[in-house]
Amino acid sequence: MPTVSVGRDRLFAALGRKYTQEEFEDLCFSFGIELDDVTTEKAIIRKEKHLDEEEAEGDEEIIYKIEVPANRYDLLCLEGLAQALRIFNKQDKMPTYKLANISKESTIKMHVKPETALIRPYVVCAVLRDITFDEASYNSFIDLQDKLHQNICRRRTLVAIGTHDLDTLQGPFTYEALPPVEINFVPLKQEKAFRADELMEFYKSDLKLKKFLHIIENSPVFPVFYDQNRTVLSLPPIINGAHSAITLKTKNVFIECTATDLTKAKIVLNTMVTTFSAYCKSKFEVEPVEVIYPDGKSYFYPDLSVYDMEVPLSYITGLVGVSLKTEEVTSLLNRMQLRAEQSVSGDVEKINVSVPPNRSDVLHPCDVMEDVAIAFGYNNIPKRKLPSLKPLALNQLEDLIRAEIAMNGFTEVLTWILGSHWENFSLLNRNDDKSTAVIVGNPRTSDFEVVRTSLMPGALKVIGHNKDHPKPIKIFEVGDIVRLDETKDVGATNRRSLSALYCGSNSGFELIHSVLDRVMEVMGAPFVPVGDSRGYYIERSDAPEFLSGRQASIIYKGKHIGNFGIVHPQVLNNFDIPDPCSFMELDIEYFL
Amino acid sequence: MGKQLSRKVQHVEDKVKDLLLQIQNGQGVEKDDINPLKARKLIALQTWKGYSVKKGPNYAPERKKAATDLTRENLQRGDWKDLEFKEYNFSAKGPPAECGHLHPLNKVKERLKNIFRMMKFEEMPTNRFVESSFWNFDALFQPQQHPARDSHDTFFLQVPSTTKQLPEDYVERVKRVHESGGYGSRGYCYEWKRDEANKNLLRTHTTAISSRMLYALAQHAKEQTFTPKRYFSIDRVFRNEAVDRTHLAEFHQIEGLVCDRGLTLSHLIGVLDDFFSRLGMSKLRFKPAYNPYTEPSMEIFSYHEGFGKWVEIGNSGMFRPEMLRPMGFPEDVNVIAWGLSLERPTMILYGIDNIRDLFGHKVDLGLIKKNPLCLIGIQDADG
Repeated sequence: MPTVSVGRDRLFAALGRKYTQEEFEDLCFSFGIELDDVTTEKAIIRKEKHLDEEEAEGDEEIIYKIEVPANRYDLLCLEGLAQALRIFNKQDKMPTYKLANISKESTIKMHVKPETALIRPYVVCAVLRDITFDEASYNSFIDLQDKLHQNICRRRTLVAIGTHDLDTLQGPFTYEALPPVEINFVPLKQEKAFRADELMEFYKSDLKLKKFLHIIENSPVFPVFYDQNRTVLSLPPIINGAHSAITLKTKNVFIECTATDLTKAKIVLNTMVTTFSAYCKSKFEVEPVEVIYPDGKSYFYPDLSVYDMEVPLSYITGLVGVSLKTEEVTSLLNRMQLRAEQSVSGDVEKINVSVPPNRSDVLHPCDVMEDVAIAFGYNNIPKRKLPSLKPLALNQLEDLIRAEIAMNGFTEVLTWILGSHWENFSLLNRNDDKSTAVIVGNPRTSDFEVVRTSLMPGALKVIGHNKDHPKPIKIFEVGDIVRLDETKDVGATNRRSLSALYCGSNSGFELIHSVLDRVMEVMGAPFVPVGDSRGYYIERSDAPEFLSGRQASIIYKGKHIGNFGIVHPQVLNNFDIPDPCSFMELDIEYFL
Repeated sequence: MGKQLSRKVQHVEDKVKDLLLQIQNGQGVEKDDINPLKARKLIALQTWKGYSVKKGPNYAPERKKAATDLTRENLQRGDWKDLEFKEYNFSAKGPPAECGHLHPLNKVKERLKNIFRMMKFEEMPTNRFVESSFWNFDALFQPQQHPARDSHDTFFLQVPSTTKQLPEDYVERVKRVHESGGYGSRGYCYEWKRDEANKNLLRTHTTAISSRMLYALAQHAKEQTFTPKRYFSIDRVFRNEAVDRTHLAEFHQIEGLVCDRGLTLSHLIGVLDDFFSRLGMSKLRFKPAYNPYTEPSMEIFSYHEGFGKWVEIGNSGMFRPEMLRPMGFPEDVNVIAWGLSLERPTMILYGIDNIRDLFGHKVDLGLIKKNPLCLIGIQDADG
């Protein structure tokens, strides 16, 4: 997207108030442009020349670099930006651009010679009469041409702009195409006259101009403008003549745009004249020029006609998703420089929109609709949500943790939730204090007496039944255990538990410890000193199912969420396991 | 006269000597002559091996040892250029990979969850094994004398034995619909007992969760507006059954339900077709069945190409008004639902015919390690 550099203070003066940077950013944001950078001319020079702080010269004035949409040529200079924002802020009414009312005879004429068809067939012209420049507006006028040349003009290939001090010239003008050797003039910023072919050679070493030479270089004829006295105005799209150069004092500006694309030439001309006619004595008025082609057809430029559209209200409100009245829509559109009023025809409520000549970006009612939405404020539009699904956090966390543990080289097992009272307590050296386990009233066999309160018996039973499996064995399970819970309607609650077990020729205690560390790592919990509740730590524990001195409690954010240790040899014996095992179990619901 | 020796023949021919001389001279002898000589141990067999040595195509003045692997040292020394590699045994498998593994049931579960998500179903929170008879049975319009509520089928609890809290006004409406009907129903015409509803159990189906979810949805609809929902769950359920090759006291139930206005049996058949097609079962037919809380009720059968017959794969139906209306749903809101076990399709998928080889502590860890990816729902469902 193109970026426009404008002096902050001049911009604020044009906007009629000062903004903090944040306020200005908000204004840009809501209008759909962006404050890209805040800098100074000095800083820019320093950057370009790779100079140190002290060495650079240049102004310390704050410059705002503002990014504008690529289809809004009217915003490519301070004047256009300020006008759009003032109207958006309801500080101004939108202007009406008009052609000066002069007779056909006194209209300046531009005669197009047939040879121009060989190289650059179109020309459009206009006159800004009785204009007053100051240094800033003059620079802006030059900069706008640059911006247009860079953007819509595609580096002057499609359109090239020439501006002239009309008072140094005498119409009628001719637009011709001549062999280079027949063209001779003093170009801008030069003292002596050049023949066009020599000039092309001369510019091959000019950093700025050499990139445009290819546009006409290989053509047998070059496009050129003359006035009545055969004074060269310019050699488009390369350079203007020195004779008609505009200055700060220029009062009447003659603008010519040559082109290979007529539509773009008209847009460029309109952009120039609509923006800078604000500085004319008769504000927003432009003097037309008659362009006469060799076949006798003649056209008056600029074409400041408006483009009319009839847009149903429902089209706009239907797409924006906000119900608005016609008056609301028209006033919103006026803030976007689109003249709009209620249409009187028909039953359906419609809006007549007149797109002014500076809004060439508006092609279709959808562009009008977009401007309504911008003026209404995208961020004021109520949210209308599409149906969507909510995740079940615990189950998704479980799946992520399961994948991590499997990546750690562990094999997942799925064991019964029901088991015998014996294995849930006695075989783990635990006593049943009757406060934890859900007890089944009518078990068919002793296998279904209690709902597990730990994943440990299941894991040990897997090992006991897989004695022949090559060691080491690394298994894990994520599953629900159930505990009595007075606070629940049914008197019990599920808790999602993670267990991991190592069985081999040695205990694998440190390996199980590292699995714990890995779980905490993926949960983003740091290892902290004892007592610190910002992460996790372990402390010596004394649980009967583990070997004394080789077991620990896992404390996560101050809560005891599980244990790990070497399984007590007595417990191993109870489950008929001949090899040492280490086991970890923790409650993953604490991670949510 | 003494004994007299006289010459009987002019010459004595010593064949043995001749043969031995022949052998000594390297001349060939008949095979039949060799054996008696060998038997008399006059000759012994010796094997002489001769070699002809000449330069072959790989001749080198120094002997080279064939390399088995490319090492870091080879790269550092640069001698990899001169290495000759020992022929690799391309007909053998590599060593077993050291890695972790996910359980096949959970792999299938994950794919099914994905299928449900593709069909825009939201997962229900099913982490609640202990349930009251009320939510497990009564809320589903399952009469208190129903055989499923026998202790032969259901695990009732000693601790905690009863539920303390139920939504009283809803309980009242459920009691009324059981006893005397309403909403156009005659009801079951029996004396409904609160004590029976309070009895805690291990849920026999995840539909106990569905009934809670639907009740909550109906409350929301009363206060605000009705929001259509599609729910699913896959979780453990418990049946007090004898364990055999195909039955366990606990298994995983897959459940899907749609709650919306204007649903029809045709929608149910359509959604089942969509769901099961994604599982690779596109040839379905439906058998009228009985279920206390659905009407119509349909058993779902799929033609199994491998078995060459129709097999039952699940149960389905539209929830009865006697279930939905007491919850507070408006009359035009319907629920279509279906259920099946996770174990059955997994067993078919992995070719396991004893459920105990798939699920529980007796499962061979080797089986968990070797099972392939579950690809259901990935291949295009037909239709």
